[in-house]
Amino acid sequence: MLSKSKIFFKGIVAVLPHMLSVIPFGIITGAIGIELGFDPILVYATSLIIFGGASQIIFMQLLSGGASSLVAITSVGVINSRHLLYGAVLSEYLEKLSFIKKLFISYFIVDQGFAESNKYIKQNKNLSNPHYYVLGTGVTLWFCWQLSTISGIILGSFIPEELGLKFAIPLTFLAIIVNDLRKLDHVFVMLVSGFASLILFNAPFKSYIILSPIVALIAAFIMLRFKK
Amino acid sequence: MTWFSIIVSGIVTYFSRMAMVALIDREMLGTKVKEVLNYVPAAVFPAIIFPGIFFNDFGSFVEITDPKIYGAIVALVVGFYSRSVIATIVSGLLSYWFIIFFLLR
Repeated sequence: MLSKSKIFFKGIVAVLPHMLSVIPFGIITGAIGIELGFDPILVYATSLIIFGGASQIIFMQLLSGGASSLVAITSVGVINSRHLLYGAVLSEYLEKLSFIKKLFISYFIVDQGFAESNKYIKQNKNLSNPHYYVLGTGVTLWFCWQLSTISGIILGSFIPEELGLKFAIPLTFLAIIVNDLRKLDHVFVMLVSGFASLILFNAPFKSYIILSPIVALIAAFIMLRFKK
Repeated sequence: MTWFSIIVSGIVTYFSRMAMVALIDREMLGTKVKEVLNYVPAAVFPAIIFPGIFFNDFGSFVEITDPKIYGAIVALVVGFYSRSVIATIVSGLLSYWFIIFFLLR
């Protein structure tokens, strides 16, 4: 029987390889926030309050580009709707926790932590305290994310504008989906979303950022019907 | 106003994490919805990638010779074969810088 602290520690170790991508991503997020002209305190506040790299970058990019708050907030919601899936999977392992503990642990549900927790808990079905594993991954990712965005904020004030760091935004998101490029169904949905965004780019209120994913998800839904 | 947006976005994000864990019965999310949610990253991120490459700061299409296009192609190829986040970003940035600082000078 593994002790609680051992399970927690196993969670920490499991996400360490992910730091190779999390730390640069955090640095880019902080630096881009500064590059887009936001106050350092505001940039950091997104790390603490939103705590989701992709949505933080899109949020700041939209607001700096003149999008309304409503569009920025809605697109954060669309991007983070994937957490519903993580929550649905994890809820099975977190069922026995008290309501307060569930509220607390939810803050730490992130992509990489979810992926590792789900893998480990599935392989170790008799684990007595699986939530310590989830916490180990989440807390580690949280600390690294906070520290790396702060480093990015500091670095961002030194990076000259000629470097065109804004180009790091599409590259970062390309890097996020690079693992799905071998799955044809995912590539199909990506192309629908990409071309929709080019067509809808000049739609009012920067709404392309919400409309394109919706178009692509409808395409995914239709595709799933044909697959069966 | 920015603070307000950050806080509301934070609440929305926290809700997306917490809803299925603490509030909603997971059976509420049907298999179909789960299947579609799988595609959220594929549906969301290209809508940032494509305009980030093909539009300039003024919202019009870039030319076919734009360095961003070639940087993105390098990143795409490197990313596809390496499956590495860092290699994708770094290769894209380096090739982009190489073009704007050496080839175009």
